Amino acid sequence: MSRRSASGDLPQSLEVGRTYRIPLPALAAFSAVLVTVAAVLVFFVAPNDADQGFSQRIFYFHVSIALTAYACFAAGAWKALVHLWKRDPRADLESYVAVHQGVIFGSLVLMTGSIWAKISWGHWWLWSENQLVLFLVLFLFYAAYFMLRYSVDPGPQRANLSAVYALFGVVLIPVSFLAIRLAQHFIHPIVFTRHGPSFGGWILVTYCVAQVAMLVLAYTLYRVELAGKRLDARLRELKEVLA
Amino acid sequence: MTYARDVGALARKDLLLQLRAGDTLPAMLIFVVATFVVFHFALPSGSSDLAATGLLWVALVFTALLGLGRAFVPEREQGVLDGLVLAPCDRSAIWLGKAIAMLVFLVAAEVVALPVFALFFHQLPWAAVVGVVLADLGICTVGTFVGAMAVATRARDLLMPLLFLPLAIPLVIGGVGASVVSGPGRYLEFLALYDALFALLCWASFEYVVAE
Repeated sequence: MSRRSASGDLPQSLEVGRTYRIPLPALAAFSAVLVTVAAVLVFFVAPNDADQGFSQRIFYFHVSIALTAYACFAAGAWKALVHLWKRDPRADLESYVAVHQGVIFGSLVLMTGSIWAKISWGHWWLWSENQLVLFLVLFLFYAAYFMLRYSVDPGPQRANLSAVYALFGVVLIPVSFLAIRLAQHFIHPIVFTRHGPSFGGWILVTYCVAQVAMLVLAYTLYRVELAGKRLDARLRELKEVLA
Repeated sequence: MTYARDVGALARKDLLLQLRAGDTLPAMLIFVVATFVVFHFALPSGSSDLAATGLLWVALVFTALLGLGRAFVPEREQGVLDGLVLAPCDRSAIWLGKAIAMLVFLVAAEVVALPVFALFFHQLPWAAVVGVVLADLGICTVGTFVGAMAVATRARDLLMPLLFLPLAIPLVIGGVGASVVSGPGRYLEFLALYDALFALLCWASFEYVVAE
């Protein structure tokens, strides 16, 4: 699928790219600072949990990473919709990169959740933890996204299939969540009740900083990967022109 | 009502093809019965009826997968899909016609499979049968759609179960729930919700799967 213009000029897609208001180095520095501040708050400032002690601090990372993963999947679906709707040529790659970041953060959710479950309840895996099970389903779903994408040649068909599949993801997330909640009634009648922490003071501040840090980190990684992929595509097209 | 006529014509074409060539349905039937025999030996004696009910759902999903994986293969191989895309009908009619044909195959397989299950294992409650019907709708809408995606790729048969199974997990949860609990109402409602949501999504986005 050659996008070369008839006159043999530079391919059109060389012009394709988005200019962002915040330059990438500044964004990277900002996210490094934020993540450091969040880590300091989590380890030194936030109070110990009365029930679970020090290990409860993984909550700040686990929950903020989980929300970030959802945000990435939502961004991927949004870009997919933009691709299908507006035929924006940049949206396909952006959708893919967002989903990719979502899968990376999703794997981190599985890992941090697993560690937390091991320390709190003595098992690496608990089917009664709804969030963990949901992320496992999503992980499998989005792993198939990559299989799908890489078994179609680059071009409009691949962009369309990826976009439609990414849209299925945002419908699958609430449906699976509901299903897993329902499954609790016949698989695990006993639901672990975490005693409700008073969500205020340093706990709230720490959580909010950690959440913002993870979102900014995800956005930085998204921009880095996008820049890399665009460079890759440009290089390939330049080679094609020169050949 | 040209839309309904188009869908009817497409579904009839698949059913006629099945009557003449007859490869998918017998394969599904033999597969589902063979699976039951495997399950009988996989379940140690003294296993509860609940375990067998759970395995029934595994058998149904895999039987559907067997048929759905091949749903669009004739269209791709003979180049029929290009003709259908060029035909002056709404593209979603291609999906709906195929989904209806697949539903007929799946229900036909289950008309045999459920009595055989009752014979080999135990009686099924009425809610389980309603659950099977509702899940069939979801399996066929989503499965046909994903099947159309899979045949467009190089991996084809390899990709089909990978794409379909994560999407089928909620259906299995709803179906098993409806079969084993005493108050199956909300599981059946959940299955109906799944069917409605995904049917709408498939109907709206099928165009992008077949057209470039």
